[in-house]
Order: sequence, then C-alpha cells, then structure tokens
Amino acid sequence: MAAMQTFSDPRAAWLERLGDATLVLGHRMSEWLSRAPTLEEDIAMANLSLDLIGQTRAFYTRACEIDSGERDETTLGYRRAEPDYRNPLIVEQPNGNFADTMARHLIFSAYVVPLYERLAGSNDAETAGIGARSAREMAYHLRHAGEWMIRLGDGTAESHEKAQTALDDLWPYAPELFEADDLDRDVTASGFGVDPSSLRDEFDAAVDDVLSRATLKKPAERRGQRGGKSGRHSEHLGHILATMQFLQRAYPEARW
Amino acid sequence: MDRVGRAPQPVERRASFRTPDGARLQAARAACARVTDPEVPVLTIEDLGILHEVDVDERGLVTVSILPTYSGCPAMGVIALGIETELAKDGFDDVRVKLTNTPAWTTDRMSEAAREKLSAYGISPPERRAAKRALFEASADVACPRCGSKDTERVSEFGSTACKALWRCRACREPFDHFKCV
Repeated sequence: MAAMQTFSDPRAAWLERLGDATLVLGHRMSEWLSRAPTLEEDIAMANLSLDLIGQTRAFYTRACEIDSGERDETTLGYRRAEPDYRNPLIVEQPNGNFADTMARHLIFSAYVVPLYERLAGSNDAETAGIGARSAREMAYHLRHAGEWMIRLGDGTAESHEKAQTALDDLWPYAPELFEADDLDRDVTASGFGVDPSSLRDEFDAAVDDVLSRATLKKPAERRGQRGGKSGRHSEHLGHILATMQFLQRAYPEARW
Repeated sequence: MDRVGRAPQPVERRASFRTPDGARLQAARAACARVTDPEVPVLTIEDLGILHEVDVDERGLVTVSILPTYSGCPAMGVIALGIETELAKDGFDDVRVKLTNTPAWTTDRMSEAAREKLSAYGISPPERRAAKRALFEASADVACPRCGSKDTERVSEFGSTACKALWRCRACREPFDHFKCV
C-alpha cells in the first residue's frame, strides 16, 4: 500500500504523531484485558487503555480540524499502514511479562507528563486544553506504573530481577523520545508544540525517584533504537495494525 | 454592510424567537441543565461543570457546548443525546452539540452541592486540586461516604468507570467508590 500523505500543516502532523503514540500504547494495554494478575489490575489496565485511546481521539480530532480536510479520526486510526504511523518504537514493544509492561509504562508516562504539562501552554487554546487534561490523567499512570516498579523492584529476588531485566531491555528505546526533529522544532518555534529535548531533566527526576525507592539500577545510556518517529518501525507494529484494523479493512464503510 | 458599517439584519426571523431572546435562552439553558450523567445519575451536567455554553440564534438553532471530562469517558455521546432529548421536550428542535476542550474540564468545576449529592449517593467526592500532592505522597483524607470515618484505604487507583477509584473503609469495612481528582 502506498504511504498516505501526511498532513501538510506541521501542527496537524505533530498532533497526529502524539495520537499515534497513545493509540499504539492504548492498544497494547488493551491486550492485557482478562490476563492481568488480579481483578483490580485488570480493571486498571482497561482504564489505562481507555485514557490513552481517549487522548488519541482528542489529538486526531484536533489535527483534522486544523487540517480541515476530509480525514477524520477513523481514517487516521484505521486506514493507514505502518510507515504512516509516527509513534516512537517503545510503545509498540510487546507486553512481555507484567514487569515489562510496567517498565514501558513508567518510561512513557514520565515522558508525557511534562510534555502535556507544557502543551497546556500551547498558542492553540483547544490543544492547550487537551494537554492540560491529559497531563492530569497521565499523572495517575505515572503513579500506577511507579508504584508497581517499586513493589516489584523492592519485592522478592525474582520480582527484582524481572523488573531490572525489563528496565534494561526497554531503556534503549528511551532516547528516541527526547530527540527533536525538524517537525518538533517547527511547532516549538511557532508556539504551538513542545520540544521533546527540553523534557529530559523532568523525566530523569521522576524515573530516578522511582528507581531509588525500587532499589533498581538505572541502565547505562546506549545509543538506543530509533526510527518510529519517522515511520521506520519494528516488526511488531504490523502485527498490532493487523489486529486493530481488521474490521475497517474488511468492511471499509463501517462506522460507529 | 450598510453605510454605517452595521451588518444587515436577517430578514426572515421566526416570531417566537424575536422577543424576548433572553427568555428563550434561559429556557434552553434550563432544559440542558436537566440532563444527568449516565454513570452518576444523581448529578446533572451542570453540577459536574460539563455544561459550558448555550446559545440560541435568531433562527432558533440552539448550540450547546459541553466539556469532555476524562479522555476515555464514553458517556459524552449519551450526554449529547440527552441534551437533544431535553431540548426537544421544550420545543427546541434544531440543536447542535459541540465538544470543546477550551477550557479543559477539571473536577474543580464541580459545585459544592454536587459534592454533597455525590457523597449522599455513596461516592466520595474528589479532593480539591489545591490539595495536589506529590506523586507518592499519601492522598488527603478520604472520608467513607457511608459512615464518615476517615480511616480508609485505597484498593486501586482505577475503578468501574474512568472517573472512579476503588477504596475501602477500615471502620465499617464497606468498599466504596472515590471520584478521581483530575
């Protein structure tokens, strides 16, 4: 399939990218339903997933309003192929065990909380509102993932080892989150968006706090894996899209 | 524009909306304010601070803007339908419901009366955001909506709907819902 033309307005393209991250992670979290370790946790996973997919709808809808074209949230979510998705690689990584999922969620939440807090100062009032509300929701995610990492890290020898392994495995995907590209710089300069490279200190402070309470070691920073933000993905995204888009592909006019 | 720069007045205006516009607007607002939240039926969308602006134009079109609450809350569609239904009861047939994030909704928009109704219904109301805490700080006192004891504990930060957390009371041993503060 030919890659779909991305939005020509950088603001719309940038919001679409935020939405891609939350959609893919929201789908990943939904894969836990009926498989979480306890009933309460199963409900929590559903809520985490719902928040992320709700945020996706807000980002996509605003992107489409700014673009004022024919696309809508359904087109963006269900009718694009892998190269059209601009999510960072970390969100498409498999759920693995519970520690893997919580380590992934800790890294993602610690990155988006300051991102959304700053987005609340966007020169676009609607985008600012979405940022303000999403930041408050993601603080719950950060606390939830943080509490689990502390419980696992500061738990039994086995849970500690699994939490440390999860962190070590996922850490190479962290640098991509903070690398600004031309699109990031463009929307930051115009006062619309946020430069991700400005978020690193707040991210480190939040993660360091969790890791010290969890008795976990912060992994050494390697060059890391990157590419998702420019449409080059790991093999996992295609499998996610195959599941997620099946209905829309099989019944192209289906709406809800 | 005419010579003094005023926009031309629309020629066709329906008599019922010509005067008094204020009364029509009040009636439309009152109809919207009757709509309740499908998940928390003791609260109206006005109590919750969801109902933002109501406008009636000269042709009788009612535009209602509502503020979405939690991003994942699926109740917005039902609320929009409720607004159309209540307005239709009072003779407003031409209705447009808009979602807006300007301003962003927060639990601080809930009225004091709403918080009391919530508590009487068995859901402990959200903390005020002025009491915003550090990430791992213990949450402020959450009183049990059944016995009033503050000897309570959080079971899970996430509950049966996007807006609620699961708590339990150590005094009366009853579980209860707590409205999340966002």
